[in-house]
Amino acid sequence: MWIVTARSPFATVLPNIVLLLVGLVVFVAIIVLIFVLSERTKEKTQNRLKYFVFLGPALLLLIIGLIYPAIRTLYLSFFDARSENFIGLQNYIWAFTQPEILIVLRNTLIWTIVVPIASTTIGLAIAYLTDRMKYAGLVKSLIFMPMAISFVGASIIWKFVYAYQPDPNKEDIGLLSAIFKAIGLTPPNWLLEAPLNTFLLIAVMVWIQTGFAMVVLSAAMKAVPDDIIEASMLDGAKGWARFTRITIPMIWGSVIVVLTTITVTSLKVFDIIRTMTGGNFQTSVIANEMYQQSFRALNYGTGSALAMILFLGVLPLIIFNVRQVRKEREVH
Amino acid sequence: MTAIEEIAPVNLTPARTKSKGMRLTSRKQNNIFGSPIASFFAIVIALVWTIPTFGLFISSIRTPADINNTGWWTFFTNPSFTLENYNTVLFEGSSVTPPLSLYFLNSFAITIPATVFPVVIATFAAYALAWFDFKGRDLLFYTIFAMQVIPLQLALIPLLQLFANGLKIGDATLLPPLGITGTYIPIWIAHTMFAMPIAIFLLHNFLSQIPRELMEAARVDGADAFKTFRMVVLPLSIPAIASFAIFQFLWVWNDLLVGLTFGGGKREIAPLMVRLAELTGTRGGDWELLTAGAFVSIIVPVAVFFALQRYFVRGLLAGSVKG
Repeated sequence: MWIVTARSPFATVLPNIVLLLVGLVVFVAIIVLIFVLSERTKEKTQNRLKYFVFLGPALLLLIIGLIYPAIRTLYLSFFDARSENFIGLQNYIWAFTQPEILIVLRNTLIWTIVVPIASTTIGLAIAYLTDRMKYAGLVKSLIFMPMAISFVGASIIWKFVYAYQPDPNKEDIGLLSAIFKAIGLTPPNWLLEAPLNTFLLIAVMVWIQTGFAMVVLSAAMKAVPDDIIEASMLDGAKGWARFTRITIPMIWGSVIVVLTTITVTSLKVFDIIRTMTGGNFQTSVIANEMYQQSFRALNYGTGSALAMILFLGVLPLIIFNVRQVRKEREVH
Repeated sequence: MTAIEEIAPVNLTPARTKSKGMRLTSRKQNNIFGSPIASFFAIVIALVWTIPTFGLFISSIRTPADINNTGWWTFFTNPSFTLENYNTVLFEGSSVTPPLSLYFLNSFAITIPATVFPVVIATFAAYALAWFDFKGRDLLFYTIFAMQVIPLQLALIPLLQLFANGLKIGDATLLPPLGITGTYIPIWIAHTMFAMPIAIFLLHNFLSQIPRELMEAARVDGADAFKTFRMVVLPLSIPAIASFAIFQFLWVWNDLLVGLTFGGGKREIAPLMVRLAELTGTRGGDWELLTAGAFVSIIVPVAVFFALQRYFVRGLLAGSVKG
């Protein structure tokens, strides 16, 4: 269709811009119109109207966009690929017995353990190192910057770091291979080598999430009252002892929030795997496999079951996280 | 660039700025962690963190021959400079493989409405949940808040089917096929839907802190619910709205999954991230295109990051559990 209707690649620009402008103008016009009309109605009508205007759109979006689809996905997960025959728990049994999917589940588990621990530890270290540092702002900005970069962009950055040179007579263009050769080691074909490749992908996520951990923990450290630090100094607590006995317990709540938040992010990771390996070479995780099953294999049954498994994994973490955040707020 | 230090965690409320300026003189360099050794380690880590991005940038301005035959670090001993990669990746292409500038445009065309729509609708809902008195208000608020646990993967298949086929129960057509597949519209709507729980939650936190006297005063002056929103609530909540808007802008700009699925695989509406992910898969070796392309995609969020760091961090912290 596209090839027939558009000769120049730029032929679709105009209709697309028109659609964008129409979309925005219509949206704003509707809102202005509703306000103008509503303000002219009688007070009694208004008191009922206000619920529809202010609450209606959001509720409609939530029901159609989240509640209905969640129920429907649960329903589809008990049906076969084309959603025609009820097959009970077959899709779930498939997920927990199929060797490829077991690898997927194992990888997801590795992600959700390694990424939060590594990111939080490094983030905590940097937060502490820079707590009294002079140009801390610059250092922190550099470490935080990956957080602004998309997972796709980050994946390309790191794919370049992991670039492998198969021809021994040619120079390396990948930084990691070059470092390996410089210290006299033979670099492996990084992204093809399981289980090493999973950890290389995990490194990308750690690179991104460390900045998040650092910012939250740094703010938490700044909130530790100065008199506590001073009292500990009078008691003779130094360096490491003060870090483990004073700082860590004081910010423990924030550490937990950071850990769970990063765990949820890692549990749902998709972009990095999609971009770097496409889930090949035993690197796939649940979110990627869900996409693969639903939109490549076109099996809505297994895809929905994987989505449900993801949901069941996320659920307790978010509940825990929310309770922790509320506890934190009560303290402060 | 010191803004990061001033932001309290996981909170969008203005009250938290009290910790600002609390770095008293007593916190001097008084242990080994305040020493030059600590600073040295911090700087080393910061450099290690920056090198991969820096390498990508250097490569993007080298000639294709240089990129593919020598390491980017040889740039410093043997510099070569060209903007040709950017020219190629941005403007050269055919109708089958459109140039990246078109995807760049698509990203804006997707991101702007997908930021404006949820911000407006969520502000409305947050206002109603914070200031209207009705039965079950708290229950409704907590239900919406709880919907954060629904990962967007859970909504993908049914929502796509809904957009493509409409909704039928038995013979009754509740919603006819909309005929919007293949345009930006499903992507806008999907992003707006997925943003709702977190957006309403964050904005509610802020709006509920508007002083009650101010709202009462507006009512005494004869302002109705609509006028109060326009004259009192909206002007006061601009900072909170800005924080969330920036977070949402970056979230949508950097998104791959929604663009990939709700774009229906159509090139003429696909955002930048979808194209880059595709290029990485099929053209794994064309580093001159990938490096320049990736850098183009990074420029917008990083510019936003440096320009609006304070809002950015606040929005990001508050919204990091989204999705």
